[in-house]
Amino acid sequence: MPRYLRNLIIALIVIAALIGLDFVFQGRMLNPYFVRILMLSGIAITLAVSLNLINGFTGQFSIGHAGFMAVGAYSSAYFSVNYGMNLANSLGGGRLGWVVALTVSTLIGAAVAGLAGLAVGIPSLRLRGDYLAIVTLGFGQIIVVFLNNIEAVGGARGYSGIPIVKSFFWIFLVAVLTIVIVYNIVNSAFGRALISIREDELAAEAMGVNTTRYKVLAFVISSAMAGAGGVLLAHFDGYLNPKSFEFIKSFEILIMIILGGLGSIVGSVLGAIVLTVLPEALRGFAEYRMVIYSLLLIILMITRPQGLLGSAAPLKAWRKRAKRGTEPAGGGPAAAPTNPSTVATQPERPAPGGENLR
Amino acid sequence: MSTFLQQLINGISLGAIYSLIALGYTMVYGVLKLINFAHGDVYMVGAFMGFYLANGIGARGAQAIGMNPDGFIARGLLGGGAMEPSLITALVVMLLAMAICAAIGVIIERLAYRPVRKYSRLTALITAIGVSLLLENGGQVVFGAEPKFFPELFGKRNIELFGGASINSADIVVLVIALGLMVALQLIVYRTKTGRAMRAVSFNLQSAKLMGINTDHIIAFTFALGSALAAAAGVLVAIRIPRIDPLMGILVGLKAFVAAVLGGIGNIPGAMLGGLLIGITETMVVGYLSPTYKDAVAFAILILILLFRPSGLLGTVAQEKV
Repeated sequence: MPRYLRNLIIALIVIAALIGLDFVFQGRMLNPYFVRILMLSGIAITLAVSLNLINGFTGQFSIGHAGFMAVGAYSSAYFSVNYGMNLANSLGGGRLGWVVALTVSTLIGAAVAGLAGLAVGIPSLRLRGDYLAIVTLGFGQIIVVFLNNIEAVGGARGYSGIPIVKSFFWIFLVAVLTIVIVYNIVNSAFGRALISIREDELAAEAMGVNTTRYKVLAFVISSAMAGAGGVLLAHFDGYLNPKSFEFIKSFEILIMIILGGLGSIVGSVLGAIVLTVLPEALRGFAEYRMVIYSLLLIILMITRPQGLLGSAAPLKAWRKRAKRGTEPAGGGPAAAPTNPSTVATQPERPAPGGENLR
Repeated sequence: MSTFLQQLINGISLGAIYSLIALGYTMVYGVLKLINFAHGDVYMVGAFMGFYLANGIGARGAQAIGMNPDGFIARGLLGGGAMEPSLITALVVMLLAMAICAAIGVIIERLAYRPVRKYSRLTALITAIGVSLLLENGGQVVFGAEPKFFPELFGKRNIELFGGASINSADIVVLVIALGLMVALQLIVYRTKTGRAMRAVSFNLQSAKLMGINTDHIIAFTFALGSALAAAAGVLVAIRIPRIDPLMGILVGLKAFVAAVLGGIGNIPGAMLGGLLIGITETMVVGYLSPTYKDAVAFAILILILLFRPSGLLGTVAQEKV
């Protein structure tokens, strides 16, 4: 069977399954609380997998994912409120109209977040070192300051009146697309370049990889997907508040991918689900939740810096099996994208401007 | 003109505080190449230590830890009548807070950073974020999330200057103490044996080790020094603006880090200069543009430096070696 045909069939099966599950979950057969957690997990998966592209596979360190999410959420919400409803109505106001309006809204959210990623990425990714961390941290803080002061989107009161779309199909379609995009990027020539940057930036450059270009590109894609995650969230509750995009949110996404293992897609998915369900189970300890998280993170870093699934054997075997036959020869050995232990052996090198005390 | 002068005075006073915090960032980056995200939170802890030293932990807190509510710790320096509000009290409170935070800094380094030093820098960075969140959220649990009001450690009054501007005596105290601490730091780094060892470690950790320097001690000492300066900054800020809360370190820490980058990270005079520039720019924006976006200023400056002079104002471009 030709490859495109096989992929097409798989895609159709996945979509059919999503529609089927959508049917199950929309029709009030299940506890709405359970359905809500499930859908929030779907949004978390989109965010975690997209962050893993830049943090796990490219080895750069972004800690402002919630900022890009906020940009996507607010821009798409603004579109939906001011133009989306009209667009849907002018197309007949039926299901088709909404599908078109939502698709446009999602694309706008992703595009604006991607542009924000470009603006943040260009100054900080030209340099080697930890500048991206501090710039994204700053970006995340500043975006909240701005959102609190823009009256057109409700300011500090929050933005309400966004059309509500609680659709299992839509949320998980975006999540699956994110996974497919990241998986395909990682297993392409582009992905090889990203992994080579993570393993040794200097060597990658010597081999002819335009490191700045690849890093910025990966960062823009990652930000755009975070924006799409924000779009889902905006239309999930129909209400946005700048408070929900503060640093804590970025940190939650970060701990999802670290728990799951940097550079592991399956790990990110599991991390996203676990860290969405866990707080619900720990409701009684809400006050101590973040204390527990931060302690967990420190202990995890000391005892198992590659994350829980960082180099788990079954995972590797699973990946090998999945890859067999679809990979052109020669692409194999360099692939195994999980193994931050190789990152660990990277020699210390000062960043430009990283200087000695004087 | 008087507005300008007034903003300049406020800016220098604020900038001196940023400089003190920036010094801690720059020193730790110098020896470990680590952005110590927790540094801003050590500054917060410093402010709270000052608060508790001056006020005591209160009768209820004392009972909770099984102490006599009439004891010295329960009532603090001011509450117990041990000391009257005066400059000496302020100095005692600040020095004790510095000592406590120096110890906290050493403990953080020993328990969290040293075990991950053998791994990649990314691991260390994530650990630093973890420590930062632990201090913020632990602070909310221990100190309480609601803001607290710092007691007056000494009587403040406004002093009229020429041109209609005035300067608060608190600002003068802040400036003098900050300047004194910076001079002391210069003396430690350039005139003592330990300071020389610090510079050697920052130059090359491996070689320093081969030369017989106990690098672990020097790194711990660097953390103690940086944390003590952050604690001093915390108490000084609380003297100027008495409102303190467990999350006060996030934005200030970020701005101080920008100050360190602006001056050239790893460069001690650079951190001082960067802090002053950030402080002055910020108050000017508040005075002449809009107070709303004062927190965006440091970020805009950061982007500009990274675009045009990533090595900072006083930094030299490091040759990259393979």
